[in-house]
Amino acid sequence: MESTTPTAPGTPGGTEVRVVLVDDHAMFRAGVRAELGALGPGLVHVVAEAADVDEAVTAIARHRPDVVLLDVHLPGGGGVEVMSRLQGSVTRAADAPGPRFLALSVSDAAEDVIGTIRGGARGYVTKTITGPELVEAIRRVAEGDAVFSPRLAGFVLDAFAGSIQVTAVDEDLDRLTEREREVMRLIARGYAYKEVARELFISIKTVETHMSSVLRKLQLSSRHQLTKWASDRRLL
Amino acid sequence: MTTADILPPSPDAWPQPRRAARDSEHPVLGGVASGLAQHLALPVLWVRVAFVAATALGGLGVAMYAAMWLFLPSDARFETAAPGLEGATRTGKRPGPVSRLTDVGPAIALGALALGLVLAFQAFVGAGGFLWPLVLAGVGVALLWRQADEAQRERWLDTTGRMGPLRAIFGTGTWASYLRMVAGACLVAGAITAFVLSNADQSLTWDVALTAVLGILGLGVVLGPWVLRLASDLGAERAERIRTQERADVAAHLHDSVLQTLALIQKNAQDGATVARLARAQERELRSWLYVGESTGPETTFGAVREAAARVEDEHGVSVDVVTVGEDPALTEVLRPLVHASREAMVNAAKHAGTDRVDVYAEAGPDAVELFVRDRGAGFDLAAVPGDRLGVRASIVDRMERHGGTASVRSSPREGTEVRLRMPVEED
Repeated sequence: MESTTPTAPGTPGGTEVRVVLVDDHAMFRAGVRAELGALGPGLVHVVAEAADVDEAVTAIARHRPDVVLLDVHLPGGGGVEVMSRLQGSVTRAADAPGPRFLALSVSDAAEDVIGTIRGGARGYVTKTITGPELVEAIRRVAEGDAVFSPRLAGFVLDAFAGSIQVTAVDEDLDRLTEREREVMRLIARGYAYKEVARELFISIKTVETHMSSVLRKLQLSSRHQLTKWASDRRLL
Repeated sequence: MTTADILPPSPDAWPQPRRAARDSEHPVLGGVASGLAQHLALPVLWVRVAFVAATALGGLGVAMYAAMWLFLPSDARFETAAPGLEGATRTGKRPGPVSRLTDVGPAIALGALALGLVLAFQAFVGAGGFLWPLVLAGVGVALLWRQADEAQRERWLDTTGRMGPLRAIFGTGTWASYLRMVAGACLVAGAITAFVLSNADQSLTWDVALTAVLGILGLGVVLGPWVLRLASDLGAERAERIRTQERADVAAHLHDSVLQTLALIQKNAQDGATVARLARAQERELRSWLYVGESTGPETTFGAVREAAARVEDEHGVSVDVVTVGEDPALTEVLRPLVHASREAMVNAAKHAGTDRVDVYAEAGPDAVELFVRDRGAGFDLAAVPGDRLGVRASIVDRMERHGGTASVRSSPREGTEVRLRMPVEED
């Protein structure tokens, strides 16, 4: 095995994704680390681990990873607390983009899934996921995509239809457009992004655009947050 | 010993008396009217109108409202979530509820209404020495009660720490809670002072006696709600403890079953397929108990689909991922063929597709229930299937069409197969 020689940055196929692993079960952390390591060097590198909210915030601030693998149930307030604390410090730092969050949880309860996505996670996978699938999900999140499993897409559809009672779903949650609904339904039926694109005669990029607007609609609950979102991106 | 007699009866099995509670979700003043409306199954507007009408009868409505605020428990305590979620909440591993600016419209309207009533009363009856002190005292007491509500709610949400007397009163001590306390106390004290001052021309002894009596009364009114609530909290805590013990029993039972499975897995460590099957079945049982709370019984359509999926998982060693969207419809004669057809499709996918994963998506809309069974397996050429092979045609397509639904199969080699089922439902 050669020493870690990072390939040229900017080529998404070649760069190693730096990951901080947050989970309160040491056994599980060890398992994930071993599994990610076994899949070969140069793909995913676990730079740090953390067991609770405070440790996670410190570790992420120090190591500045690309992706944070985040457990949802965490001592000190849960994964959402980690994201909200870091979002505060990131807006203060302003220049560097924050890490992307991928939730990795044993729970697949609707409140947890939707709550975590609304807290700012780009994806949500359950712990039964296989190693290669996990690496794929990490890379997708690192490149800015959202990771939607069929189940997650189902929850999203339900949340927007109002049949899931999520504690913080507001009345002024934007509605999904017909197209976004179609995309989510196909994802819920087990289609991959490229199959969705083929089925609807649109490009994969368009599918990803629909995805990220669904994410945005989920995360922004009020006009106040919408204004903040827009001004953060210098759109106002 | 069978598993059936270890399992304690679920709390739902006992008939629960219907108890009125104040609505903590949409309270305007104390949630009395909306709670009562839910209890009596009446529109909330009627109840409010009844209260207002009763107020005309010498203030009876106000007295009733106040009494019910005092005596009715808040309904927040009856909420229960799945044990896994409650456990995570109790140990502080989940985010707390998000505080939002509540709608202040109703409060302003109520305030205006009260002011109008006071002014009207003054216009007709004339300003007495009593009126303003009474109004002040009323507002003060309402504020104090409101704070008692808030503190009570926080006591219920936070079960981790011990409650000091200060926290019992102030809750977690937000500025709003202190403001309410101080304003309430000031208003009550002000009312007493105003009342005493307005009667200053009478003899001194009278004043002293009155002040003392009023002070005691005020104290009683202020402390009364807390004493009462403390007593009712104790009862509720006992109920909670019983519930926790019941859960612990069920958890013990599940741990037993998990341990059994693990033992079996150790014995069968060489047989990968058996291990996977055992682990999958155990995971499904535990997960549905801990997190999902959705039915797997045969009473509802989604429940029946999930049951069918579980059977296919166990019998064919594939994992079947069921995603359902919409309100779970009851399993009527109309929908039964849909469930049968979906089971057939799942079995086909498990047997012939050659993959270990099947996706099932069911969506209940207002006019139809749609169901998709998809695999990513070998796929086949529909046209090449000989006419005497009845599997798909008879048990899926024909079955659906006989019962007024539609079914189509899309398959292409290497890309897998998707069976699409649709059964229209009529609103009756």
